[in-house]
Amino acid sequence: MDFATLLQLLDATIRLGTPLLLACLAGLFSERAGIFDIGLEGKMLIAAFFSAAIAYMSGSVWLGLLAGILASMALSALHGLASITFRGNQLISGVAINFLAAGLTVLVAQSWFSQGGRTPSLIGQARFEPVTLPLAEALREVPVLGPIYYDLISGHTILVYFAFLCVPATWWILYRTRFGLRLRAVGENPAAVDTAGVSVIALRYSAVAICGLLCGVAGAYLATALQAGFVKDMSAGRGYIALAALIFSKWRPWYALFSTMLFGFLQALALRPDLIEKATGVKVQVQLLDALPYILTVIILAGFVGKAIPPRAGGEPYVKER
Amino acid sequence: MTDTAPAIELKGISKAFGSVQANKDISIRVMPGTIHGIIGENGAGKSTLMSILYGFYKADRGEIFISGKKTEIPDSQAAIAAGIGMVFQHFKLVENFSVLENVILGVEEGMLLRPSLAKARKSLKSLAEEYELNVDPDALIKDLSVGHQQRVEILKALYRQAEILILDEPTGVLTPAEADHLFRILDNLRKEGKTIVLITHKLREVMEITDTVSVMRRGEMTATVKTADTDPEHLAEMMVGRKVLLRVDKKPATPGDVVLSVKELRVVDDSGVERVKGISFDIRKGEILGLAGVAGNGQSELMHLLGGIADGTGTITVNGAAIDLTGKQSDGQSRRARGIAHVPEDRQREGLIMDFAAWENLIFGYHRDPRWGAGPLMNNAAIITEAEAKMQRFDVRPPNPKQSAKNFSGGNQQKLVLAREIEQSPALFLVGQPTRGVDIGAIEFIHQEIIRLRDQGAAVLLVSVELEEILSMSDRIAVMFDGRIMGFRDPVATDEGELGLLMAGIDSQSADQSAGQAGATA
Repeated sequence: MDFATLLQLLDATIRLGTPLLLACLAGLFSERAGIFDIGLEGKMLIAAFFSAAIAYMSGSVWLGLLAGILASMALSALHGLASITFRGNQLISGVAINFLAAGLTVLVAQSWFSQGGRTPSLIGQARFEPVTLPLAEALREVPVLGPIYYDLISGHTILVYFAFLCVPATWWILYRTRFGLRLRAVGENPAAVDTAGVSVIALRYSAVAICGLLCGVAGAYLATALQAGFVKDMSAGRGYIALAALIFSKWRPWYALFSTMLFGFLQALALRPDLIEKATGVKVQVQLLDALPYILTVIILAGFVGKAIPPRAGGEPYVKER
Repeated sequence: MTDTAPAIELKGISKAFGSVQANKDISIRVMPGTIHGIIGENGAGKSTLMSILYGFYKADRGEIFISGKKTEIPDSQAAIAAGIGMVFQHFKLVENFSVLENVILGVEEGMLLRPSLAKARKSLKSLAEEYELNVDPDALIKDLSVGHQQRVEILKALYRQAEILILDEPTGVLTPAEADHLFRILDNLRKEGKTIVLITHKLREVMEITDTVSVMRRGEMTATVKTADTDPEHLAEMMVGRKVLLRVDKKPATPGDVVLSVKELRVVDDSGVERVKGISFDIRKGEILGLAGVAGNGQSELMHLLGGIADGTGTITVNGAAIDLTGKQSDGQSRRARGIAHVPEDRQREGLIMDFAAWENLIFGYHRDPRWGAGPLMNNAAIITEAEAKMQRFDVRPPNPKQSAKNFSGGNQQKLVLAREIEQSPALFLVGQPTRGVDIGAIEFIHQEIIRLRDQGAAVLLVSVELEEILSMSDRIAVMFDGRIMGFRDPVATDEGELGLLMAGIDSQSADQSAGQAGATA
């Protein structure tokens, strides 16, 4: 494998890892506050549809992004209502959201566009274009570092840079701010937060809202940056992979970056079976490569990668006790 | 009327949960700079009253005055603002946070943590010097002992400028030494003019530290008296509503042959830590061996091994016959067949199935007895009739065999377990924490039943974290620390001070009395 091919592979890793990273950080905020969220998938999906639909109709990708975020946050509010206000089962609420999104997106797409449950292809301003970073052209000829800067770091859409900036930002919010301290506390022992005179409900709702926002960006990225338009079930299990990555990363932001990029790398590899054949001399079935991220997910969820201790109050509605 | 306003004054507080009236028209005055005890049996409404004061519950009726000013306390935030701090029985700490982080939670200075942490560090240092409240500010809560965790709770309250401190059953989890330290801290706080409300069911503590004491019974405040003007017998009578025998009435033991003999018992727990580290002792017929120790020093694991719940190594013989410690013949069923009855420490998890009715709970473990049915079929009518009789004999209230276990009070749940096990007339009776969470009235009854079983010739192993119980019940005392037996003592010749030191791992006598095997007591 030569240097240029490696760069191509890593470039694809970043593109495919970005939605996972955003969804993983979304889940991190929610679960650190004690609200398990398996509805990441559904929120991404609904955001993907509404961002593509509104971007197509308005011609502005930014309006599309906004619509995607709003749609995702609406589902978040639903999850919050079910699991925080009415103290329902968080897993069931999450599953319901996934089903709701899977059905709703196709139904509305068919009704609006009559193209078999998809949106028309997005062109021009209705899509996020790659951003060329300053000096990328000028530095292109510098050996080694030039291509890394030009091919790997430069030339992604703005959402990719946003996702990567979210990692240090999440770390900073969690460990350096008042909000982060309270967020972590409410996921570990909500009674401690309550007796300290802080509202458990408000904290959990804000965590769920942040989760909705980040899932919205992830979904919009799928439909308006990675692809050009919405197709049925386009989230393709990314919400579940992000959950596996979240467990793998032990609910920590920097680890989340590495684990989602590992999954991104496996997905990138699946696109290039020729590389593996060249490197190993063995012809590997494409289907097997496609399945790799999911196989790794099962392995992680089965607990083969060390003990991951989730936030202690995760999944339990808070009820005051005597 | 004194010229200073009371720190806390409650007028006509009432609170009902559904049909249960938890607090009935309660009025109380707590003077500033005093320690005010509130005693009462479980379910008397003490905790409900204090939860109302801390904004956890809203009273149906009544008024709260803090330092003479009428105050509304709709939530904990308002209670903190009114200068009230609370140390709950179950601590409200975030286990994987540091002490500092727990202290500042909810009262951070601004958006960023760094300045708050720096301020709390300074403040904690001065509080530590002032009140003997030393804790490492950077330690994680989960690495601290229970006594230190409690100090963090007190520090939390003081850091929030609390002038009134409420402590709910603060000594239940402490060693005698830790409890003494806590009382010194409370005394220091009183000297600084803070007001302390101490909720407890331990009469000795009330007598030792409080200035005034209020007694609650069935949701009502029955009396408030100056501590100096009362005595434990009188307080107990006011709590229960009748005369209570505080001393256990028993004849001297007449030990017979050795029933239980254990040698070199060892138990390793799931995480690979050795919890029982080579324990040997004997118990004779008609003798109670009291096993004292702070919770978590291997008593539970030892009980589990003896009761057939956990595996281990070593030898156990009962009436001369060896008992399997591992394998098929080591379960609870096999133990029962050998005449070993077991009243587990955690009655709600190991002693009962809470959702099942009393009559079902009364035959668990003995359900294969041919009296209760043939083959797979059970003779429910016979079981229920027998259950009713047992409940009468053990004074279980209400004596309704069809009520599920969870709807009985703690004392009556314990009586159900005791009834089941004692009625088998076991040769060896293992009993853990028989009176934990049990009312004074029921304690008296339970103690009498255990003594009666001893007098009938059973060998009894009594595990308890209550030193008073160990001292009054036992014919011989063993003290456990860190998985080992620190020593054996004669209850007549020892006292709480000496036992307390042993419980903390300090042996005051260099030469052990070597009363380990039963021979020395004969």
